[in-house]
Amino acid sequence: MAIELKMPALSPTMEEGTLAKWLVKEGDHVKSGDILAEIETDKATMEFEAVDEGVISSIAVAEGTDGVKVGTVIALITGEGEESVPMPSPKPVAPHPVETKAPNAPNTIVPETKPNPSISVAANGAMQTVTLREALRDAMAEEMRRDDRVFVMGEEVAEYQGAYKVTQGLLDEFGARRVIDTPITEYGFAGVGTGAAMGGLRPIIEFMTFNFAMQAIDHIINSAAKTNYMSGGQMRCPIVFRGPNGAAARVGAQHSQNYAPWYASVPGLIVIAPYDAADAKGLLKAAIRCEDPVVFLENELLYGRSYEVPVGDDHVLPIGKARIMREGTDVTIISYSIGVGLSLEAADRLDEDGISAEVIDLRTIRPLDKATVLASLAKTNRLVVAEEGWPTCSVGSEILAICMEEGFDDLDAPVLRITNEDVPMPYAANLEKAMLVNADKIVAGVRRILWV
Amino acid sequence: MATTPEKKSASKKSSVSEDATRANRERPTEPVPYKATKEELLKFYRDMLLIRRFEEKAGQLYGLGLIGGFCHLYIGQEAVAIGLQSALTPGKDSVITGYRDHGHMLAYGIDPNIIMAELTGRAAGISKGKGGSMHMFSTEHKFYGGHGIVGAQVSLGAGLAFGHKYANDGGVCLAYFGDGASNQGQVYESFNMAELWKLPIIFVIENNQYAMGTSVNRASSEDQLYRRGESFRIPGIQVDGMDVLAVRGAAEVALDWVRSDKGPVLLEMKTYRYRGHSMSDPAKYRSRDEVQSVRDNSDPIEGCKAYLAEMGVSEDTLKVIEKEIRKIVNESTDFAETSQEPDLSELYTDVLVEQY
Repeated sequence: MAIELKMPALSPTMEEGTLAKWLVKEGDHVKSGDILAEIETDKATMEFEAVDEGVISSIAVAEGTDGVKVGTVIALITGEGEESVPMPSPKPVAPHPVETKAPNAPNTIVPETKPNPSISVAANGAMQTVTLREALRDAMAEEMRRDDRVFVMGEEVAEYQGAYKVTQGLLDEFGARRVIDTPITEYGFAGVGTGAAMGGLRPIIEFMTFNFAMQAIDHIINSAAKTNYMSGGQMRCPIVFRGPNGAAARVGAQHSQNYAPWYASVPGLIVIAPYDAADAKGLLKAAIRCEDPVVFLENELLYGRSYEVPVGDDHVLPIGKARIMREGTDVTIISYSIGVGLSLEAADRLDEDGISAEVIDLRTIRPLDKATVLASLAKTNRLVVAEEGWPTCSVGSEILAICMEEGFDDLDAPVLRITNEDVPMPYAANLEKAMLVNADKIVAGVRRILWV
Repeated sequence: MATTPEKKSASKKSSVSEDATRANRERPTEPVPYKATKEELLKFYRDMLLIRRFEEKAGQLYGLGLIGGFCHLYIGQEAVAIGLQSALTPGKDSVITGYRDHGHMLAYGIDPNIIMAELTGRAAGISKGKGGSMHMFSTEHKFYGGHGIVGAQVSLGAGLAFGHKYANDGGVCLAYFGDGASNQGQVYESFNMAELWKLPIIFVIENNQYAMGTSVNRASSEDQLYRRGESFRIPGIQVDGMDVLAVRGAAEVALDWVRSDKGPVLLEMKTYRYRGHSMSDPAKYRSRDEVQSVRDNSDPIEGCKAYLAEMGVSEDTLKVIEKEIRKIVNESTDFAETSQEPDLSELYTDVLVEQY
């Protein structure tokens, strides 16, 4: 009986990969621990080891093949003494559902990006398709070329090329003076970055995830955010703290939290949480040029997605301006970061039922673009907030308060928060899926306030 | 050279050679007391006296309700800031400290009027009245605060030193912290990075013996704080922080070491604060006799006076200085009492630099 070798998931978010190189050929005898192939994931090139002993009877996926889905059969191993059977068909075997995608993929699938009328484009209007992680890297590289004061510091940002490959290539171009690997000491290097900013540099401090920035939150708030005010405007702190925020996939409670509401409550900070690659690039460039301290919240699940981004190095977006992602007349869905994709998916579904939803991406959480929120409310008279985070004291709570205080006369229904459940993130796939906000929950929330 | 007067509490011989036997690495040379000229010594005396009288006045103004909140006085520790900062190159080197920061500002020659006005929360204060006692800055002097979170200034100081190295401007950062802060985790994170990256920084522990009400030996498993950098390969030197010439001598050695790209150095200044931790400290954790004994035997200003006497400076000369200092301090008090509180519109300014 031949053993099927399937494309492995080599990171929590990997859905497909490139079969970069086979290190064995048909007819080779392999034993447990032998390296069979090199597989390129969304983050790194990994070695694929044999677990079973036997003879490689068939290689189904040639080396150099891109986009091989996790779970696809890539080779067969036949046990000792068995007759080697060639693969019946080169077509991938229908994989087991759990293995086909990142385990919580149903919650996190982001629909195809739609062309957006409000996005600024390069002078010639040319666009190119890049992944969000490349857009972030390009933003940093362009600003580093432009201003020698800009440097990147964090764990694994240099020689490892970034824990999530966001800083890939920066060390080669800018060298160790400006791309600096730190020890695992978030409190310390956040302080070093903040001090460097006080002294006149333009640091970009990468946290491997914002969960680890809890160690450093004292410097973000007490040292960076308050300095300009408590020095009477004498001492500035132009720094960017960036990294992935919010839930990833199957990484449990301590690695899955949205800190947007935490930082957004602090006067003196700018808080940005982009959704797509064009915004990520344009807003990160704006953040690096900004005189104020910026918390820049990315999302790991979006890093590998491809979007259209204006060509050129002059794509800088304004901080503090929301974006209407889709116009509508019956209800407004406010969101940010990964929630925007879920909201667009929900809006598509509502549209099929004749409900016209307007989707707004806040983009900047602080200062919050109240005018755009309230103008949309005045148009649709109904509003929900879709947020990949906890409900209590959330960004949604803040939007609710704004609608009550400044948009009360425009309200035809209560404003709802459609969020994650109010519990720590569980590990089990089904519980994780139930915990997270998704398009179904957004659709249900909208229906509730439309009484349909 | 004049000899140091008898010191009871704080004098411990610097221990460079002792540590050299533990580690087969190059170490800074043993510091020797600075050979000050008469003019330099008179300036040290005058500058220390300004801090002493300024702080005494601040204590009075606190009692009168003119200064609010926390107010940490530097009385007793004057030789540390004066001895160290007199060795720096103005406009090139940077300084950062914790919340007990008035003395470090005065040591830089910053106008006492705007410091006192900040203490009374007036618009003319150095932070427009928005910072207060613990949050004062002078970027013009490369004085970066004034930080209220114990130990934060150590990481921030490492960042300033990182900036000196990045810009290759030849500057050194002097980062002060107390014996209490020396137990904070981020101090060691910063030690590690500073030595790893050979940052130009002098870490200065102002060991005034008490972290609020907890004595060093009740809080520190290794109470010889100059050894705290050794496991990061940062050489430590223990210094008599009550003797301005010993402090200045140590500063010279430390600056030589750091400026020749050998990485950071740690100075433990053995000193003493006469007053409470802040103004509302009942000081039940130590006896009046202990405080009096330090005042009688180790006072930095009295010690400096003795050096001056040996150099033939007359009492009359010192009296003229005393009078001049009292005048400066009284003027700063008048200024701080009579200048206006910030306009209410200032409540909303300086939150962010840019408009969005």
